[in-house]
Amino acid sequence: MKKTIYLDNAATTKVSKAALDAMLPFLHERYGNPSSVYSVGRDAKEAMETARNKVAQAIGARPEEIFFTGCGTESNNWALKSVAAMRKEKGQHIITSTIEHPAVLNTLKYLETQGYEVTYLGVDKFGQISLDALTKAIRKDTILISIMAANNEIGTIFPTAEIGKIASDNGILFHTDAVQAAGSIPLDVRKLNVDLLTISGHKIGALKGVGVLFIKKGLKLPPLIHGGGQEHGMRSGTENVAGIAGLAAALEYRVSRLPQDNLTKKRDRLIEGVLKIKKSAFTGDPVNRLPGIASFVFEAIEGESMLLMLDAFGICASSGSACSSGSLDPSHVLLGIGLPHEIAHGSLRLSLCEDTTDEDIDYVIEKLTDVVDKLRKMSPVWQE
Amino acid sequence: MYSEKVMEHFANPRNVGEIEGANAIGEVGNAKCGDIMKIFMKIENDIITDVSFKTFGCGAAVATSSMATELVKGKTIKEALNITNKAVTDALDGLPGEKLHCSVLAEQAIRAAITDYYKKNAMDPLPIVGCDLNCSDCASEH
Repeated sequence: MKKTIYLDNAATTKVSKAALDAMLPFLHERYGNPSSVYSVGRDAKEAMETARNKVAQAIGARPEEIFFTGCGTESNNWALKSVAAMRKEKGQHIITSTIEHPAVLNTLKYLETQGYEVTYLGVDKFGQISLDALTKAIRKDTILISIMAANNEIGTIFPTAEIGKIASDNGILFHTDAVQAAGSIPLDVRKLNVDLLTISGHKIGALKGVGVLFIKKGLKLPPLIHGGGQEHGMRSGTENVAGIAGLAAALEYRVSRLPQDNLTKKRDRLIEGVLKIKKSAFTGDPVNRLPGIASFVFEAIEGESMLLMLDAFGICASSGSACSSGSLDPSHVLLGIGLPHEIAHGSLRLSLCEDTTDEDIDYVIEKLTDVVDKLRKMSPVWQE
Repeated sequence: MYSEKVMEHFANPRNVGEIEGANAIGEVGNAKCGDIMKIFMKIENDIITDVSFKTFGCGAAVATSSMATELVKGKTIKEALNITNKAVTDALDGLPGEKLHCSVLAEQAIRAAITDYYKKNAMDPLPIVGCDLNCSDCASEH
């Protein structure tokens, strides 16, 4: 089999050794239902609480503020829909950014059909919102600000603590989608002034199908999923014990490795090598950037073609071109940072992980340079 | 998602580049939408003796361009005009639904090149080629 160089860790990650070891006992031997009263059930319950403690510790929260869900998308849906329902009497205005993940954007689009009003804050070329614009967007009837901790496509890290301060100074709840940021940069819910924070398992070296919503103590958020009353009635459905144990172990491991200076160094070396390609540019914030994400655009070529050719060399990457996203428009994030359609079609995201070696980076730079060259020779719009 | 044939034509596209002395050149699509197809032909005595392409676009756009050039090579103009997008798709063992427009683009590129040939020879292409749906260079309405 040809060698695979997986540089799409922002899409999903390999289950880490820490997570795998934590999960395995609960798949076959310790398979109890945490709601059962007998010891096998209590054992599973205990595992859940151990996991809850670990997650709480990793983000500076209290265990009773951690709720396990089925995925990041569910956590985002829960936070947004339930705050909207809970604060309806106070107002129906929500503030977000134009470059959120679809799990937030499409949930807000839904809330718009239910009578809520949403302000989408534009971003600058680095993908940053203006705190001044945020303050100006606040109205008497604003009930919620939802702005991601870091962007999944271009890696831009938002000033979450400052956003949280503005929100709390104005008595507005603040949710942050930290799916991409968790385990990559330090997150402390108190320092960040967040009321609600979303984490997803499979982006941090745990399983797909498990997530977390942090809910600040005292916030009486109504449940999204009703049923048997698990998670203190906040999230019904028999718990994914193995997945939860894995998520907690993965997050604990990732947080113990912060800051990811080695990864940052590798990322910067990759960026430096790729930018030697003519008419290429880097997207996102050059300073406030996730350690693992390197994103680019190349003139006169299209993203999906790039992905297919890189795949032939065993390199897994992703693109925000229309053809890669299955829509007619390139990614809303790339358009949001002001790139014209024709440039956004030539986008490429390479997301690294701890396992990425220097040899991998050299190989990727070499092959990517060849791929871009080959596609440009084929392109009617390429001019030397 | 792509057939083996599509992947093969994408990995090893036939007839890439520009033909020197091409007397029929057609370009369709636009960069905003993410695909542009440009076909170059050499037409002698109504026969397409040589053909090539340059394409900006996804895997399907490249593969349909490659296949379209293979299908028209050595054909008469009339035969080339009978090549439909379906013929291009079939020759590639099918395309995913959202990529069918790439084969339409390939058919349009062939027609655009032949239209260009007639124009260069001071003939009205409309009765022969018909509407190429390129409304900007056509006075008639449809």
